[in-house]
Amino acid sequence: MNGIPGADRIIQAMFVLALLTTVAGAVWAVATRRIIRSVCGLALCCVGLAGLYYFLESPFLALMEILIYIGAICVTLVFAVMLAEPDELPPAENRRAAWGWGTVAALLSGLLFAGLVWLTREHPWPTAPNRIRLGTLHDIGVALLGRYGFAFELISVVLVVAILGALLVARYGRTRP
Amino acid sequence: MSLDYRQPDLYLITAAFLLACGLFGLVRRRTLIGMLIAGELVFSAAALNFVAVNRFFVSDPTVGQVFVLFVMGLAAAEIALALSIIIGVYRNYRSIGARELSELKG
Repeated sequence: MNGIPGADRIIQAMFVLALLTTVAGAVWAVATRRIIRSVCGLALCCVGLAGLYYFLESPFLALMEILIYIGAICVTLVFAVMLAEPDELPPAENRRAAWGWGTVAALLSGLLFAGLVWLTREHPWPTAPNRIRLGTLHDIGVALLGRYGFAFELISVVLVVAILGALLVARYGRTRP
Repeated sequence: MSLDYRQPDLYLITAAFLLACGLFGLVRRRTLIGMLIAGELVFSAAALNFVAVNRFFVSDPTVGQVFVLFVMGLAAAEIALALSIIIGVYRNYRSIGARELSELKG
C-alpha cells in the first residue's frame, strides 16, 4: 500500500468521492420532478454504493451492485418510462396542499435521519471480533452452495415466478380494451 | 467526526440518509415509478447497513454478503413485477399517478 507516495490521501479522496456520489445520487433521485432524471439519480447512487462496498472489503458485491442495479433495474425502469410516458405531472390542484405534503415528508424523513444518527453515535458498539474467514469470492461460493443452498434455490424459484408473472400481467393488460 | 473509512459511523449514517431519502420520496412522489425508485433507495439503505455491520461487528464476513445478494435478487424480482403492473395500470387508466387509482376491479 506504500508503493505510491501519498497513497493514503488518494484512498481517502476516493472514499469521500464514493460517499458524496451516493448522497448526491439519492438526493437527485427524490428531488427532481422528471422521472427519467430520477432514474439517473438512482444509477448515480448505485455507483457510489458500489464504491462504498469496495471500501467495506466486498468487491464482489460492488460488481453485483453495478451489474444488477444499473445494468438490470435502471434499464428496466428506463423501459417502463418509455412505455408508460410519465410526462411532466400536471401541477398540483392545490398548491397549499402540495406544500403541506412536502413539509410533512421532509419533517418525517428529517426526524428519522436525526434519530438514526443519534442512535449510531450514542450506541456503545462492540469491538471488532476476530474474523474466522476472509470473505473472499471462494468463501461466498462455498456458502451459497453449502449453507445457504436452500435459500439460493428459493431465490431462483422466486425469480422464475416473478418473470412469468410479469409476462402474464403485461400480456393480460394488452388484450383488454 | 473524521472521514475515516475504517470506522463504521459514516457507513451507518449514509445508510440512514438513504433511508430518509427513500421515505421522503415515498411520501412526496405522485407517480408510481417515482415511488418505486424511492423504494429501491430503501432497499439500498438496508443492504449498506447489512454490509457495514457485517464488516465491523461479525466474525464471519460471508454472511452479510450472501444476504445482500439475496436482497438484490428480491429487489430485481420486485421491480420486474411492479413495472409490469404499472404498465398494465397505464394501459387501463392512461396515467400512472397514484391519485388516479381510485377504483377497484378496473
